[in-house]
Amino acid sequence: MAVYLLCLVLFCVGLYCILRKRNLIKIIVGVVITESAVNLFFALTAYRMQGRAPIFSREADIVNMVDPLPQALVLTSIVIGLATTALLVALAMRIYEKYGTFDITKIRELRG
Amino acid sequence: MSSPSSIIPSFVFIPLAGAFLISLLGKRIKKLPDVLGVAIAAIMGSFSVWSVRLYNIYGVLNYSVGGWQVPIGIGLVLDGLSAFMLVTVNVVAFFIVVYAVNYMEKFTAKWQFYTLFFLMLAGMNGVVISGDMFNLFVFLEIAAVASYALVAFGTERHELEAAFKYAIMGTVGSLFILLAIAFLYGYTSTLNMADMSAVLAQKEPGNLILMVSIMFLMGFGLKAALVPFHAWLPDAHPSAPAPISAMLSGVLIKSLGVYAILRIFYNVIGMSPAISSILMFLGALSMVVGVILAIGQWDLKRLLAYHSISQIGYVILGIGLNTPLGIIAGLFHLFNHSIFKSLLFLNSGALEYATNTRDLKKMGGLVKKMPVTGTTALSASMAIAGIPPFNGFWSKLFIIIAAVEAKRYGYAFWAVLASVLTLASFMKVMKYAFFGTLKARLVWVKEVPLAMKLSMSALALICLVGGVLFLPEVKEIFLHRAAEAIAEGSRYAVMVLRGN
Repeated sequence: MAVYLLCLVLFCVGLYCILRKRNLIKIIVGVVITESAVNLFFALTAYRMQGRAPIFSREADIVNMVDPLPQALVLTSIVIGLATTALLVALAMRIYEKYGTFDITKIRELRG
Repeated sequence: MSSPSSIIPSFVFIPLAGAFLISLLGKRIKKLPDVLGVAIAAIMGSFSVWSVRLYNIYGVLNYSVGGWQVPIGIGLVLDGLSAFMLVTVNVVAFFIVVYAVNYMEKFTAKWQFYTLFFLMLAGMNGVVISGDMFNLFVFLEIAAVASYALVAFGTERHELEAAFKYAIMGTVGSLFILLAIAFLYGYTSTLNMADMSAVLAQKEPGNLILMVSIMFLMGFGLKAALVPFHAWLPDAHPSAPAPISAMLSGVLIKSLGVYAILRIFYNVIGMSPAISSILMFLGALSMVVGVILAIGQWDLKRLLAYHSISQIGYVILGIGLNTPLGIIAGLFHLFNHSIFKSLLFLNSGALEYATNTRDLKKMGGLVKKMPVTGTTALSASMAIAGIPPFNGFWSKLFIIIAAVEAKRYGYAFWAVLASVLTLASFMKVMKYAFFGTLKARLVWVKEVPLAMKLSMSALALICLVGGVLFLPEVKEIFLHRAAEAIAEGSRYAVMVLRGN
């Protein structure tokens, strides 16, 4: 149970970071933290107590394996997260070139 | 290749292959991106129309990726709603590519534009045909990441700022969707949508389903720019190059947002009165707030972006009514909106191309200089404002009739009010941009090149005759099938699982 709560805490820390921080890089870090929390949660849904790795062999009995599917999905989702993060960092770099700052309160030309 | 269902993966495969080829060769061979781009878009357009015919002959088609049968493997499904969305996405995409051939000349890296464009198209087609929850998420992210990059395509100050905002909000929305999928997988032990629907139908509705519904509504509501989640749209859509604005407003928010909401709430989770009233409320709210914010804008593209929020509100209201007429009218409006809103964004691009400004105050009298742009913009404005005989009139009329029939007089009133305000704001656009006296600095303005004129005229023609889709014979094979797929609700599971 505690591990799920920690997952929730991590998620909330990430969201707080996205909503409250003023620095572009810190916002990106917030996105990464939130992503990790979701991925961790997804992997945890497959976990079972004293489970073993889902490797199929002729000798081994098929008992008490963890579910391998979410692990595969989380791998995919990590790759997607990598693409998004790379794009966000690239955007932040270009913004710094144009505006000369990472502070979002100074990067506010679009409104209304 | 004999079985009719083998057409399904080509909707993802052909644009992906196109994106790959263009990125590989486009830099060296100058003409290749244009030729290949138009060819692929034409193929996709004709395939999508063909898919409607296939669906009418064979019914629901299934394709199991890699030969692994559903529910173990990944399934792609072509049903009435998917076929309808495929036509909407691919036909609009074709006209936009034709337009982009001329328009994108002013940017340096045309091949990068086509690469990202076809990645986005592959993602959208994938979302629409996917029969698997996680696969839907993957395709959604492909389309979304490509669209973040496309919004930043100009790499000027405003583009970058808007793209960053859009990317952060879009990513958070996607994370909520992923979290909801994780919960659903933990609850039902399956990812196939049809199978999931069958499992959920046997379980008691509990708090978990409520929480998952709310997370989906947040995630997809953000993608569809429903009102509390709309803040990114008025920045992101105007900042992109005009063909991309047309693509984003015309089809991206619909295939990623509205389609996913429909599929998940009607076919997988199952519609409940609570969700229905939430959808209607969000729809009416978007409709009114969007149009009120739009009326005060002077930047043409920003004004159009706010109207997208408002028109999506109509679609969601119509579908949220959950009556047969409401659903069919909502879908009809979805199709119409994708046509006239893309046309309006293409018009704004033509104005920007010719006059180098988007500010309505700096335009005036342009109809004499740019007759094609002026006429097509006039017909699109009349379509969006709901003036007969243009297509927008019919769909809005039927949404309002459906609301009255369902005894939702309040919502019907708001729909009429939003329509009147839409008319007012487009009268402003026409008056300031096209009519009145020609400004001195605009005397050198020339009409835009041929490909742009062709694409705008074709879309304007569809606006004019779009009402035909509601004639009984045509409605039967196109709109009605899509509405049926939604109204059947959890019978979706039976239809899909039986077919293989």
